[in-house]
Amino acid sequence: MNTVADFPGRLEALFGTECVRISESELRGAAIAGQQPLVVAKPRTVREVAEIVRFAAAEKLAVVCCGSRSKLELGMPPSRYDLAIDFTRLREIVHYDPADLTLSVDAGLTLSEISSVLAERNQWLPLAVPFAASATVGGTIASGVDSALRLSYGTARDFLIGAEFVDGTGRVCKSGGCVVKNVTGYDLHKLLIGSLGTLAAITRLNFRTFPLPDSRGVFFATFPSCEAAFQFRSSVEQSGLPLTNLELFNPEFAHLLAAHAKDALRFSPGDYWIAYAAFEGNQPVLGRIQRDLQTNAADREADRSEILDEKAGALWSRELRDAPDWLRKAAPNLALLRIAGLCLTSSHAAEVVNRSVEAGLRHALLARPSNVTYLAVFSESEAQADCIALESRVSECMSLAHAKKASVTLLHAPAWLKDHLNVWGPTRPDFPLMQRLKQAFDPQAIFAPGRFAGGI
Amino acid sequence: MDPALTRELKILLGPDSVLSDELDLMLYEFDGSVEKGRPDVVVFPHTTEHVSRIVKLANKYQVPIVGRGAGTGLSGGALARRGGVMIVFARMNRILQLDLGNRRAVVQPGVVNLDITRAVEHAGLYFAPDPSSQKSSTIGGNVAENAGGPHTLASGLTTNHVTALELVLPDGEIVRVGSHLGDASGYDLCGLFVGSEGTLALATEVTVKLSRKAELVKTLLAVFDTVPDASRTVAEITARGITPAACEMLDGWTLGVIEDYIHAGFPRDSAAVLLLEVEGICETAESQASAVARICLTNRAREVRTARDDRERDLLWKGRKNAFGAMGRLAPSNYVLDGVIPRSRLPEALEKIREIGARAGFRIGNIFHAGDGNLHPIVLFDPRDAQQFKNAIAVAEEIIRMCVSLGGTLTGEHGVGMEKNELMPLLFTDADFDLMRRIHDAFNPDSSLNPGKIFPISKGCGEIRIRKSRQPVGSHV
Repeated sequence: MNTVADFPGRLEALFGTECVRISESELRGAAIAGQQPLVVAKPRTVREVAEIVRFAAAEKLAVVCCGSRSKLELGMPPSRYDLAIDFTRLREIVHYDPADLTLSVDAGLTLSEISSVLAERNQWLPLAVPFAASATVGGTIASGVDSALRLSYGTARDFLIGAEFVDGTGRVCKSGGCVVKNVTGYDLHKLLIGSLGTLAAITRLNFRTFPLPDSRGVFFATFPSCEAAFQFRSSVEQSGLPLTNLELFNPEFAHLLAAHAKDALRFSPGDYWIAYAAFEGNQPVLGRIQRDLQTNAADREADRSEILDEKAGALWSRELRDAPDWLRKAAPNLALLRIAGLCLTSSHAAEVVNRSVEAGLRHALLARPSNVTYLAVFSESEAQADCIALESRVSECMSLAHAKKASVTLLHAPAWLKDHLNVWGPTRPDFPLMQRLKQAFDPQAIFAPGRFAGGI
Repeated sequence: MDPALTRELKILLGPDSVLSDELDLMLYEFDGSVEKGRPDVVVFPHTTEHVSRIVKLANKYQVPIVGRGAGTGLSGGALARRGGVMIVFARMNRILQLDLGNRRAVVQPGVVNLDITRAVEHAGLYFAPDPSSQKSSTIGGNVAENAGGPHTLASGLTTNHVTALELVLPDGEIVRVGSHLGDASGYDLCGLFVGSEGTLALATEVTVKLSRKAELVKTLLAVFDTVPDASRTVAEITARGITPAACEMLDGWTLGVIEDYIHAGFPRDSAAVLLLEVEGICETAESQASAVARICLTNRAREVRTARDDRERDLLWKGRKNAFGAMGRLAPSNYVLDGVIPRSRLPEALEKIREIGARAGFRIGNIFHAGDGNLHPIVLFDPRDAQQFKNAIAVAEEIIRMCVSLGGTLTGEHGVGMEKNELMPLLFTDADFDLMRRIHDAFNPDSSLNPGKIFPISKGCGEIRIRKSRQPVGSHV
């Protein structure tokens, strides 16, 4: 009789050793929070993915899909983990019509590979996400990580136009298409964004592509107070200037940024808040934006404001894009929270600062556009008192954000803290609807069990 | 239908909010499409609680329910295909909250699309989705159908502008999904419900994003002597990476019809015009306008005019948005199609539409969102002539099949409804339908809500399914 324990052998017999990997190093490479699968499958075709999922469904195996594995830390560890499906061998550009600005790619292609292909036709995919150098497009969509360009380009939701995926029954399904406007059928591809692989195994993604801008510009200004920085942001927002990004960060964040970039950014962090703005266009457009930003900064009594040259600007943009990645490594005893749907004001920010100082902790705050805030709370020491303070401060932040109807996610925390807290925050009232969707996509609950909000 | 249900509805809502006379019901058996479906009773709730209780009553008597806004839909989405209770949201028409600082409006579903803009324009804001019906269509209907409009080219469909919904589920439960300021954790439920054509839930409150008016808007009218020149211009604007706020094409024959009706200033002797709009800060709008004008002239535009002021711009748009009404002067009825093609295939698609029309003896007008490849051929016919009506439907189907064969899709903004549900197998496989059906049933297991929409009903759909090969998702040979 077949048992779950002997499935690796049977899988290997079906798909061969090229696809089915069971060596210790392969398994260790797919570990999540110390849990290893029994097999890593590396299919080469969509058909193979579907067959593997069908096998898993029949045997009720727990499956985690992965690409470059840069974001396996997100979410809760799986409650069960038998099989990893690695998508890095699905790497075809299935369709690219530069004249129509549409693209269809396999999930295992990396963002940087896609960028090179598009760049040949002077186009790009405006997904400025952390881990962009290594991340696969499938993992980027499944994890729903923030793009630093949403102010002008929106999120993936705004330019993902279709998807193909294998549902929990092992059948290849699709939604959307390869045209830029489409309301045919349910928009299932939107559900896949940020679903952390709990609904389906994404095999192919269709995007609207964009022309590369003529040139890009970056501006930063330092402000003596939190209030002045927020006033600057508010007046720039009101002015309707077409920025691609507008971020504010506190002195602690500035120190971490300078240390991380090893002074390549050529600024000295001090006791001031910094506003960073990015923009693009032709020279007349850039000139106008730069003038308006400088006038606004002067009106808000900025200590210093600077237009960066293209090279320095690109460096700043890259470091800020990657902030959710490097922030988590800034200290051993660190929790990184993402708070969405809270219109952060200077008084909120000041309150966050004061409360952390009272608790004897440090904190770095990055306020992104569209009501997204990253908050790293940390101490250098892992002494018991600091750990207790960290846990209590993180819980407090999560409850406060929830009380203000914001969504809060714990992106990174020491393992002991993740054991104590639900990284997704309190369960939302619409959670039962999500359970119904999960059941429809994945009736046997084989995909990434326990990883998602509410234990889905 | 059991008269006891009507009695109970009258007790719940008051006799003024329930219609059940045959004459009254006849008014609700149409929408803007060529389809028909008469409800057994029409009700006008005032509150979400009313909606929930109506749904529970309908369930008690086991009759279907369909939601309806202004009835301007073009795919039969708001028709009572199986009779039953029609919930008309006309009296839930209040703007509940204007959060101008965060650029959000919270509205009831019966609020007319344009009324949101009217309520916030004093603050330099507007609601971006602008279907041609925006003077009468309601937000509830826009949400159900994921309505578009000329300006979706740059600003997206309704789904890109909705952040939260209050819903009444088919069992009467009231739930809220999404988040006022966006980015709710968990699955993107707003993304699923917007555009689900009233088959999963009824929206009773909608939170929308408000957009900031551009510093400068420039509206250009480019006049062409041949249709291929105009369509090549669109293809080149797209390929050069310019995204105008709107890029509409009107063919010469249609222009004459509009001019007779609206006097918008369109040339009567051209083969086609492009109505182009660029916007942004002055520097962006000016440079895009000159780039667009250059491309038009390179592609042999006879003339490129720029609207001198708001009055001229409004007149051009009035001509565009009332085009379908103008067609009413030529024939007793018209069928406005909605298909999408890859933009690079535009010249080819327009030629095929002309051929299909000529073969079947129909003159087909084209007024459409050229910039995103969203075609709206208009077939004029007399519905009293049964054969002509049948032929018009056949021509429509042939055009939609052609769109799919070019790698396009069935609908860009009107929805599938009961107009195209039988064509869905052109795009979707059994596996796709099984999954969509499981999702449908997860919310609407008895099909009590808006039955007979989206999913094909007839047997033997397989015969119209075309052979599948390795192609991009949604694209077929």
